[in-house]
Amino acid sequence: MTTRRLTHLKTYTAGTLFILPAFVLFAVFILIPLVYGLVMSFTDYGGFNVKPNFVGFDNYAKLVKDDYFIVSLKNNLIYTLLFVPLTMLLALLSAVALNNILHLRKYLRMAFYFPYITSMVSIAIVWGLLFNPLSGPINHILQAIGIDNPPQWLMSSQWALIAIVLVAVWKSFGYYMVILLAGIQGIPEHLYESARLDGASRFKQFLYITLPSLSPTLFMVLVLTIINSFQVFDLVSVMTDGGPGRSTNVLVFRIYQEAFINYKMGYSAAMSTVLFLIIMIISIIQFRLERKWVTY
Amino acid sequence: MEAITKSKWDRPAYLLVIMLLIAFSIATLFPFLWMISTSLRTDVDLFKNPMNWIPSSLYLNNYQEVWTAIPFGQYFLNTFKLTVIITVLQVIICSMAAYAFAKLKVPFKKTVFLLFMTNLMMPWHSIMVPQFSVVSELGLYNTHTGYVLIQLFSGFGIFLMRQFFMSLPNELNEAARVDGYSEWQIFWRIAMPLSAPSLSTFAIFTFTFMWNDYLAPLIYLNDDSLKTLQLGLKAFQTEHTMDYGLLMAGTVLATIPMIVVFLLGERFFIQSVATTGMKN
Repeated sequence: MTTRRLTHLKTYTAGTLFILPAFVLFAVFILIPLVYGLVMSFTDYGGFNVKPNFVGFDNYAKLVKDDYFIVSLKNNLIYTLLFVPLTMLLALLSAVALNNILHLRKYLRMAFYFPYITSMVSIAIVWGLLFNPLSGPINHILQAIGIDNPPQWLMSSQWALIAIVLVAVWKSFGYYMVILLAGIQGIPEHLYESARLDGASRFKQFLYITLPSLSPTLFMVLVLTIINSFQVFDLVSVMTDGGPGRSTNVLVFRIYQEAFINYKMGYSAAMSTVLFLIIMIISIIQFRLERKWVTY
Repeated sequence: MEAITKSKWDRPAYLLVIMLLIAFSIATLFPFLWMISTSLRTDVDLFKNPMNWIPSSLYLNNYQEVWTAIPFGQYFLNTFKLTVIITVLQVIICSMAAYAFAKLKVPFKKTVFLLFMTNLMMPWHSIMVPQFSVVSELGLYNTHTGYVLIQLFSGFGIFLMRQFFMSLPNELNEAARVDGYSEWQIFWRIAMPLSAPSLSTFAIFTFTFMWNDYLAPLIYLNDDSLKTLQLGLKAFQTEHTMDYGLLMAGTVLATIPMIVVFLLGERFFIQSVATTGMKN
């Protein structure tokens, strides 16, 4: 009896000790900052050793009227609205195409996936040169095929955000393609067999079997791409630095500038709370809608 | 061949799809090809004939110059050191926690696990400002230690490893206990060696992420002697806007380690992505 209890106690101790390092790290570097951030957003904390004052909802009241913040939020929404459908479309098309071929599949999967693992900074530098309106190859190609006035890309406040979206789509569609490809390969073959017996065309098979069976995966990719689109920073920082003007300033970039360049920690903590709420709302909507929309 | 007949592809349509895919893959890889080609040319050559992408003669000076133009070697070493330390520690710490969740008794196990998993939903960006304050108050701003500590917890890693450890039969642990193994010994001598494929997936995932990390080093590392490759590249870009060849030689060198890791561990990459698909 005693020995048994002892071993029980021992297994409890072991489990606790095994989890302890991860728990301490989680508590100190994630949980405490989370709570601390909320508290900070109600102060005028400016970093360093200056004593912060409690300012109530002032930061949030200021946010609603802050043009710069609203512009960055608007830019981020435009980015999301372009990035999400483009990425999903490209990922789905390439996944379906890859699933339907026999040759070169491995090479093609690697080629499409490869940009995803390279660093944002490197590819942002490369694309910055590619997009150069005068000396970059993109406009040389556009001129060669007869477009006389190609866009000024990163130098133009109308085109810069679009250029960044294009690079982001190029970089990440392969990742979502691999997720979708795994989903497509999980669809039971007998569903297609019976459809073929009924004489359904390839397109109809895609429409009535692949798409509905893939809906849980598609839904997950939708949520992942949306959440991802609110974290864009590296491309903006390297390619445009938020410019020209404010035309590519996005949410995380704005938070970064306020916190680490202007040292308005309290104010940027309020912005961070907004970002946190956006992601939370998306996650809650995901939970709610998952059962309604997704057909299994 | 079998699948072609099975799904009634006619040959021309099949060839067309393959051709389109090949063209698309070359377009996808074009920026990398251009990057390599540009790194091997003089700037004069590049501006004289921008459409001529295949260099007439190989010009290797850029690769020599880049080491002296910025403290490239220092950045390289820093990145390598940080990436390896973080990968090793993160894999060990998260595997330990995952093993406890899968096989051991832990007080409030479910609650703690759910708490940990909130990390999967919550982007780091939304806590980076207060986290910076916490790290500064601990006196760890502008130190490698501070940067390492914030990276060691991974909800994804714990989830991935727990899935694997749960698939191990409990009889294995019981037999080992009867043989007098402590839980620590069971973890290191039995569970970890068996989980090599999952560990590789996890390690490769972390390695890639850390090698390419930009925003966290930007916030946490201020001294030149502490900076990483990504920060170095960014500073390099600001200073040498027009030295295309030099700039591209730098990005090629910074990308090579990732290419090697990718070619060696392609199947683990694919696995880690497929796991994301299963998470749902």
